[in-house]
Amino acid sequence: MNLPELGPLWLSLQLAASATALLLVLGTPLAWWLSGTRSRLKPVIEAVTALPLVLPPTVLGFYLLLLMSPRSWLGGLWVEVTDTTLAFSFTGLLIASVIYSLPFMVQPLQAAFESLGRGPLEAAASLRASPLDAFLTVAAPLSLRGFLTAAVLTFAHTIGEFGVVLMVGGNIPGKTRVISIAIYEHVETLRYAEAHTLAAGLLLFAFVVLVFVYVFNRRLPVHVA
Amino acid sequence: MSPDRKGTTLEVDVRVAFGGFDLQVEQAIPAAGVTAVFGPSGSGKTTLLRSVLGFEAGSRGRIALNGDVWLDSEAGVDVPPHRRPVGCTFQDGRLFPHLDVAGNLRYADRRSGEANAVSINHDDVVDALDLEPLLDRRPNTLSGGERQRAALGRALLSRPRLLLLDEPLSALDRRRKAEIMPYLLALHPRFGIPTLYVSHAVDEVALLADRVLVLAEGRVQAFGGTIEVLEQLDLAPLTERFQAAAVLEARVSAHDDQYRLTWLDLDGQRLSVPRIEHLDVGESARLLVRSRDVSLATERPSPTSIRNVLSGVLVSLHQDESSAFAEATIDLGSHRLRARITRASAAELDLAVGSPVFALLKSVSLDTRAGR
Repeated sequence: MNLPELGPLWLSLQLAASATALLLVLGTPLAWWLSGTRSRLKPVIEAVTALPLVLPPTVLGFYLLLLMSPRSWLGGLWVEVTDTTLAFSFTGLLIASVIYSLPFMVQPLQAAFESLGRGPLEAAASLRASPLDAFLTVAAPLSLRGFLTAAVLTFAHTIGEFGVVLMVGGNIPGKTRVISIAIYEHVETLRYAEAHTLAAGLLLFAFVVLVFVYVFNRRLPVHVA
Repeated sequence: MSPDRKGTTLEVDVRVAFGGFDLQVEQAIPAAGVTAVFGPSGSGKTTLLRSVLGFEAGSRGRIALNGDVWLDSEAGVDVPPHRRPVGCTFQDGRLFPHLDVAGNLRYADRRSGEANAVSINHDDVVDALDLEPLLDRRPNTLSGGERQRAALGRALLSRPRLLLLDEPLSALDRRRKAEIMPYLLALHPRFGIPTLYVSHAVDEVALLADRVLVLAEGRVQAFGGTIEVLEQLDLAPLTERFQAAAVLEARVSAHDDQYRLTWLDLDGQRLSVPRIEHLDVGESARLLVRSRDVSLATERPSPTSIRNVLSGVLVSLHQDESSAFAEATIDLGSHRLRARITRASAAELDLAVGSPVFALLKSVSLDTRAGR
């Protein structure tokens, strides 16, 4: 059996882990705001958040590529500051991943926060907990399942994305050649054995992760207020 | 006996309007003792409470406790809920389900700070509400009554300057209510926190409250001492018919150890009730007599199993033509009693306003507090 290089696998895991971590930091406040706001902007923000769900990845990838090109304001600024291009770099890939995986983080979290209702937070406020305190000590622990679901969906979706990655990252070994791209290339060059090994490995990985999640999720206490 | 600070007042002048409902309350409430906020469902009791807590974003007007302004829409003041020194319990308890009872108490204890003006000790609260056996239990394993006790403990440990209790008994059945009542009665004498007690049950109000604010359809209908308000007010439209009741204050005149009775003196008339252990001769006891537990006679009845017969004068008789019942008010001297009898009995007895009658008390509920 021809063993393929494992570089693309590590790159994928690195990308997915970084994107999930970043989205936990960025998506949580957004989901929290959406769950509680009465602002008229809410539907607009919700629509923007959901866009990656309905757009073909190539559309998103195309615009992200334009934005990251050294000729755009963002890409140009990036070149000036870091002396590297954003497009076809790991950082560019990470930014793209954060954007296209956003709904997979925000939507489960928003649903979890909304299902809490106002009760536990009012109780916390009546006990002198500031809004941030109440979020950290009451809302977040009561939304553990939501966090788990959101993190796993985000991680898995980032591992599996192909279109956006190809458009923005291209296929540079060690920098942007993630596992889905590697499989694609093995197939294109008719190296089916390597494609099989990677594809089967990914299949097994996804299955194991999901089983773990469902088992763990069942053990998490359900809090009925 | 109660360490309330004298002269403190909860000033309420608020208006809350939403979805066709409109609450308008302007009332200075002495922040001392227990004040019942009483009225039927939908009268705005809970909205008023939430407004004081800061949870009703649409509140306009002014709310201040002893000069500390929490809401003043004209001046643009609206102190957020977590900065208002108010403790509360909710109808559904709202303990944090991810913490055990000890964790819930600690949550309040840690945040209320030692520097707070109100000094309440954790162990005292656990002791007063018998929370010790519940400490390591999760809220979802507690009975309704246990949950309310834990919630009361948690509210006390937030060391509030004002305690708001939103129908703590409403979700409980009769037996559980009887379990919680002694704790509620002991709360104010022990910790001395001025309390607003929201309820739609006359018996709770009569036993617990020093004064009553009556709300109906978002407006104040009456405000004053419990006995006066319950006596004067025509509660019929506000309460379920079976709840109408009168409150009597009597003095303990003797204890009878042979029959386990306590004798009470009510303006010179004698009453006996099951032995009240914690009251001494000379102390006063508050009694609640429901109108459905009072029968009337025009002559002193020959011996019956009913022990308590009071003589008085019939001062009013309301006949409800649409039902079988009439409501009579009997003047006992310094107290008034209500009786709910059938219209047929009223006709048979030939009851007339101004004539002497005898009231037969089938049962009497007792306030278990020491006299005050």
